[in-house]
Amino acid sequence: MELTAPLNRAASPRPTEAEAANRSATRPPGLLRTRPQTLLLVPVAAAIGLAIHFLGPRAGVALTTHFYPWLLSVVLVLGLLGAGLQVFSPKLRDWMRQMCPILGVAVLAMAVWQLVTTCLGLLPMPYFPGPEGVLSALVDDRALLFDSTWHSLILLLGGYAIGTALALITGVTIGWFPHARYWGMPVLKVIGPIPATAWIPLAMVVAPSAIFSAVGLVALAVWFPVTMLTASGISNTRASYLDVARTLGAGRAYLIFRVAIPAALPNIFIGLFMGLGTSFLTLVVAETVGVKSGLGWYVAWAQGWAEYGKVYGALVIMAAFFSTIMTLLFRVRDRVLVWQKGVIKW
Amino acid sequence: MVAPAAATHEDAASLRVWHVTKEFASPDGGVTPGALALDDVSLSIAAGELVSIVGPSGCGKSTLLRMLAGLTTPTTGELAIGAEPITAPSAERGLVFQDPNLFPWLTVRRNIEVGLVARGKLREKRAEVDKFMRLVGLEAFANSFPHHLSGGMAQRVSLARALINHPRVLLLDEPLGALDAFTRMRMQDEVLRLWQTHGTTMLFVTHDIDEAIYMSDRIVIMTQRPGKIEQIIPVDLDRPRDRSSQDFLRLRGDILETLHFAGQPMAGNKS
Repeated sequence: MELTAPLNRAASPRPTEAEAANRSATRPPGLLRTRPQTLLLVPVAAAIGLAIHFLGPRAGVALTTHFYPWLLSVVLVLGLLGAGLQVFSPKLRDWMRQMCPILGVAVLAMAVWQLVTTCLGLLPMPYFPGPEGVLSALVDDRALLFDSTWHSLILLLGGYAIGTALALITGVTIGWFPHARYWGMPVLKVIGPIPATAWIPLAMVVAPSAIFSAVGLVALAVWFPVTMLTASGISNTRASYLDVARTLGAGRAYLIFRVAIPAALPNIFIGLFMGLGTSFLTLVVAETVGVKSGLGWYVAWAQGWAEYGKVYGALVIMAAFFSTIMTLLFRVRDRVLVWQKGVIKW
Repeated sequence: MVAPAAATHEDAASLRVWHVTKEFASPDGGVTPGALALDDVSLSIAAGELVSIVGPSGCGKSTLLRMLAGLTTPTTGELAIGAEPITAPSAERGLVFQDPNLFPWLTVRRNIEVGLVARGKLREKRAEVDKFMRLVGLEAFANSFPHHLSGGMAQRVSLARALINHPRVLLLDEPLGALDAFTRMRMQDEVLRLWQTHGTTMLFVTHDIDEAIYMSDRIVIMTQRPGKIEQIIPVDLDRPRDRSSQDFLRLRGDILETLHFAGQPMAGNKS
């Protein structure tokens, strides 16, 4: 620390500014003067949103929904409450300093969206409903949306679990045993890159039901990247780790399960993240084409009825649903690979 | 060939190297001749002895150590521990590398346990783990991950990990090579202490002549390309040894001279 600080000072053209920014990241005193504005960003944005909603012009038929102004009012009240309470809680203050700009801009974006659609009618209807239309679709259709989310979750987790389990077995086998590598790698390289969705015609013929075919396709989508990265992780295990283990009396099982697999875990997680991305895609397509439930099906169905508020509502749920699962996988990785902390930049 | 087992060495912790030659295959598959790493090397080490090998890089000292560990097989010749020929790695022959090679995903404690877990003996010998962590003074770091350790600490863990199996022989491949001068001297005493308390036969490779004289009973000097044993010098100094004593310095001069001679393998190539 003492060694690098002067170096930084010499390298940076505006050292004092850089230092101030650096300090403010940990302790707040540097930004005291701008604080009130920052902390009031959310309620101000909500107030602007409310003003646009109630005072703005109406381009078409007015929607008799109160969900949107209610939501904005709740945001307004919470924002003011937070701005008041942060005086007593430094923890809340730090959180608000971090989150207020992005949340405020998000609320403001909704207001602009309403201005462009409902108020000024700049975008063609019914393809671009305002935020109040999407919100009321979410609330009105909550039962079906919940059911669809639930079905998507089951398909996704089922397929992901099956695909990952198979991929770990094939990946470790191909990565460890030279014979498996000789025969398995070409198959993997030829079959693997085919997008899982391209198998839909075959899956519909082979699988006993649409649900099986969807689970199978998701599993296939996960299987390829996880197998590939597991195999490369295993075969790239540092030879000296294996040498050390062997001179300590390790047998083959120990070498595979206690040395090669832990050494490959960072790679395996990259495969799991890639697989999660492709499994979302495959899930939505499979639901649209075959399965008569799930968020993918819901989007296609709502579009068929030209209910674009519902389409966007489902997209909002999908965004929340997928990003939650992604976050959970990050959490799992942080737990499993805790030993990497400080070794690499996360 | 006469099996080394027929030799008179009966002690189970002695090492014998019997006319060993190691030739590495050439990368082009035999068009050019392969590299001769070791050429007819014979050496025997008594049980409980501490022997060092010094020599220029590329003289095959690491290869010899890997063969004794059972990680590499000789092209011709035989190696034995006690009366048993060496064919595969075993917990009886511990190996410590220059890089501690701790498993980064295991805590210090779990790293030291590796040998016990691998041999299915953790349950009966759990007390050993604490003993060895105390022995190398790392109780406070039991739950730290290896990247939090300094080079010297990591190498101490690596020593404890090798010693927990109570190997008959400990092979050390430049174990202190990556450490700074002060840590290095402290660790030399530490290794000596471990050697004296356990009576383990130790064979260690080093670049450092002072280290070899300070620590070993005998010093094996090797020459380069192909690797051969040039000379074996006994060190008849009482321990603890004084690095600046007259005898120490005289021995140092002798070894340097031998190495200098050994460093010019081709006649008429004196620049």
